[in-house]
Amino acid sequence: MSFDPAVILDRWDEILAALGVTLGTWIAGVAIGLVLGFALALMQRGLGRAVRAAVRIVIEVVRGTPFLVQLFILYYGGPRFGLVLDPIEAGLLGLGVYAGAYFAEIFRAGFEAVPKGQVEAAACLGMGRATITARIVLPQMLVVILPALVNLVIILSKETAILSIVTIPELTFVIRGIGAETFAFVETTLALALIYWGLVEVAAGAGRWAERRVGRFLMPA
Amino acid sequence: MAMTQRALIQLSGVFKQFGATQVLKGVDLEIDQSEVVCIVGPSGSGKSTLLRCMVFLEEHDAGEIRIDGEPIGFVTGKTGKRQRMGEAGIRRARRNVGMVFQQFNLWPHMTALGNVAEALVRVRRLPRAEAATRAQAVLARVGLAEKADSYPLQLSGGQQQRVAIARALAMEPEIMLFDEPTSSLDPELVGEVLEVMRALARDGMTMVVVTHEMGFAAQVATSVVFVDEGRILAKGPPRTIFLEDGHPRIRQFLDNYRSRNAFWQETTAAG
Repeated sequence: MSFDPAVILDRWDEILAALGVTLGTWIAGVAIGLVLGFALALMQRGLGRAVRAAVRIVIEVVRGTPFLVQLFILYYGGPRFGLVLDPIEAGLLGLGVYAGAYFAEIFRAGFEAVPKGQVEAAACLGMGRATITARIVLPQMLVVILPALVNLVIILSKETAILSIVTIPELTFVIRGIGAETFAFVETTLALALIYWGLVEVAAGAGRWAERRVGRFLMPA
Repeated sequence: MAMTQRALIQLSGVFKQFGATQVLKGVDLEIDQSEVVCIVGPSGSGKSTLLRCMVFLEEHDAGEIRIDGEPIGFVTGKTGKRQRMGEAGIRRARRNVGMVFQQFNLWPHMTALGNVAEALVRVRRLPRAEAATRAQAVLARVGLAEKADSYPLQLSGGQQQRVAIARALAMEPEIMLFDEPTSSLDPELVGEVLEVMRALARDGMTMVVVTHEMGFAAQVATSVVFVDEGRILAKGPPRTIFLEDGHPRIRQFLDNYRSRNAFWQETTAAG
């Protein structure tokens, strides 16, 4: 069997559309995950013991089970519990929650990385909790956690491939479909790998740029 | 000296424990306006905890602390039950107090000017430009006008501590608390910080200073408080505490301090 790139080039329009879906679900999943993760981290910091324990359990369960299984339960098992979602809803909710659990852990570590004395100094000047978080803690923890954030964003780009199991027409779903139709499994799988790799390199490049920018004040010229 | 002495800080029966360790064992203390009180005593005696209780960075377990007549941290409810204040109440009570830490605790992502102006903008709600003008003036007061645009890591320890003093002063507190302000400085940089504090004392600022600088305490303090094992053993003018034979524990502490510095006194006397 010969190697035939035409299989890919012929269906380029379809693949491009699928790339759009992958990018869209990736960005939306990261956005939901960031908001949810930050909220979970704040809940663990500010609220009472019962809430902290509940949040802890959610994070442990989400981190402790494969995303594939979570999504399967959510989409195919959801209707049994009255939760009927269309594929894209289930995909975004699943990816967002999965991402949120990991983002929460990164934020939690970040909060702990800012010296307590700096928060005390701010409190003595009369700043409230929200101001201290926004002005003192967040900007500094961002420097510390940025590499971890970028790393997670990269991992999530590849987790979007799992969304194919709920028939979302993203890259993996579409390209594997092409492979099955044409029996060009090597060409399609290789193309799939290359496209994900390209995505990851772009994200990593953006991350390096961001790290240089936010790190500037820690190494003043 | 004012005719009517106004007690700015009042502590009565203050207790504090960390885990099983009783750190403060019933502290009573009154500090009047324009007093400069140096708190001295051995390490681990509760000096810093005592100071931190005055801004409610440590929550006292029993007793009452009043700043300018207003209780801080806890109020006694109608039923006589001790209740913790809300965040807003604590913030209000802290308004009259500035705090300077051993580790400076400047915010490294802001310039010196930014550090000083931040609370003016966020707490006092001054417009940015006005806050910057005020911050610049306070930096000039601690001799750092030309360092306004430097980040903390570009400054020496002494300069950082002076920025920290300026940051607290900018809020125009009636009381300044210093928690071992020179203990983490190179010996060469101690002088510049003490000089700023001396100037503050001359201007009539009410100050409470936890310190190991006995020379500063002797020269600047209006009264010295000696703390040992969570209790105040003595309070009085420096002359009384340092020179008169008082409590044996204080004598022991001071003898120890003097013997460490004896070498220098002998050599300077000889030279």
